[in-house]
Amino acid sequence: MPVGAGIAEPMLPSRYRVTDRKQETADSVTLELEPVDTALAAFRPGQFNMVWAFGVGEVPISISSAPGTPLHHTIRSVGSVTRALCDAGRGDVVGLRGPFGTHWDLEKAAAKDIVIVAGGIGLAPLRPAITSILETRERFGHVVILTGARSPDEILFAPELERWRGRFDIDVDVTVDYASPSWRSHVGVVTKLIPRAPFDPKNSAALVCGPEVMMRFAATALVDRGVAFSAIQVSMERNMQCAIGHCGHCQLAGSFVCRDGPVFSYERVAPWLRVWER
Amino acid sequence: MTTRSIGELLATHPFFAGLGADDVALLAGCGRNVQFDAGEKIFREGEPADQFYVIRHGLVAIEIMSPTAGAVVLETLRDGDVLGWSWLFPPYRWTFDARALEATRATELDGACLRGKCEHDPRLGYDLMRRFAGIVLDRLQAARVRLLDLYGDGRGAG
Repeated sequence: MPVGAGIAEPMLPSRYRVTDRKQETADSVTLELEPVDTALAAFRPGQFNMVWAFGVGEVPISISSAPGTPLHHTIRSVGSVTRALCDAGRGDVVGLRGPFGTHWDLEKAAAKDIVIVAGGIGLAPLRPAITSILETRERFGHVVILTGARSPDEILFAPELERWRGRFDIDVDVTVDYASPSWRSHVGVVTKLIPRAPFDPKNSAALVCGPEVMMRFAATALVDRGVAFSAIQVSMERNMQCAIGHCGHCQLAGSFVCRDGPVFSYERVAPWLRVWER
Repeated sequence: MTTRSIGELLATHPFFAGLGADDVALLAGCGRNVQFDAGEKIFREGEPADQFYVIRHGLVAIEIMSPTAGAVVLETLRDGDVLGWSWLFPPYRWTFDARALEATRATELDGACLRGKCEHDPRLGYDLMRRFAGIVLDRLQAARVRLLDLYGDGRGAG
């Protein structure tokens, strides 16, 4: 479906009120939002909205809640707009345009083992997919979630990860780059968890999201393990501004990340991940 | 566990895949099973490095003491990982500490004994050196990736 299809005015933001705010880590916040007047169309896991901090600017933010539940955006404060959004409190109003872009293809993953590899804030766009997978758990084989963070304090959705870890029907492994001796789990890059994770590489689908270099290394580790290029999906990030494939800011080779992504088959984007941006 | 069962363990371990039966038997002859309690030091920086370990079950931290930060965990190793390569390279001293984070069972191989055997059998020496170089390369690359501080620059679409 073309980007923006079904959206009457794709450039016109709808007003949404912040109904809850959760500080996830020192610099990341989840906002729960409800429409003030017009609600956006239904979304699929992996899609994003353009989020306005009125008077400051607009940024693309993935949806971090599952379809059919209150709308969540998890935002990391890295610039003026995201800082303004992270500072928003209950009752404040932001603007939303969307949903835009492609989604995680869970149909393609049905009946297969699922390997989810997330790095840092990259877990946010994967959370709706994880929730959807767990809601229809019987449709999939083994489910493995591997996530990495800079330090234990910077693990996103830590209580949720702990809850998932407590389930008997999925495997969850968390690793951090830096830790004190009180940390009782893995230290090292997330890709190091892939070689021995319990999944059948010949019958697996992988969903990967995180910093681009991490995704490259993760995809390489998955391919080394025997996962087909075509079975790996990655969520890309570029400078998305219009979100409807008009402005060209997010062009990547012959594609626009806002329109043809952010979720791509790794088979398609692998050559692009080694291209330097200028 | 008997020497024979250590041999079976080594013969089926990916790190030793492709080694001849005689070489596996030789390695097994230099091995013994050990276990460490949670929190127990396996080796300390500066001590003679005369062994290496194949972790059978558990979690081990490679760490270093910093006067300002205290103990800093550099990496963790777990089931199936090989711990320690300093036994193979002069001056044969550990450059970091290793500590069991949880109850850990491992097979300890006598590196000092193996060094002597490698001196007399360069084919075996080259083979082991090649295998350990693979581990060193793997961990060097992981360390380089961590130097990028990947999670430090944010991810706007998230």
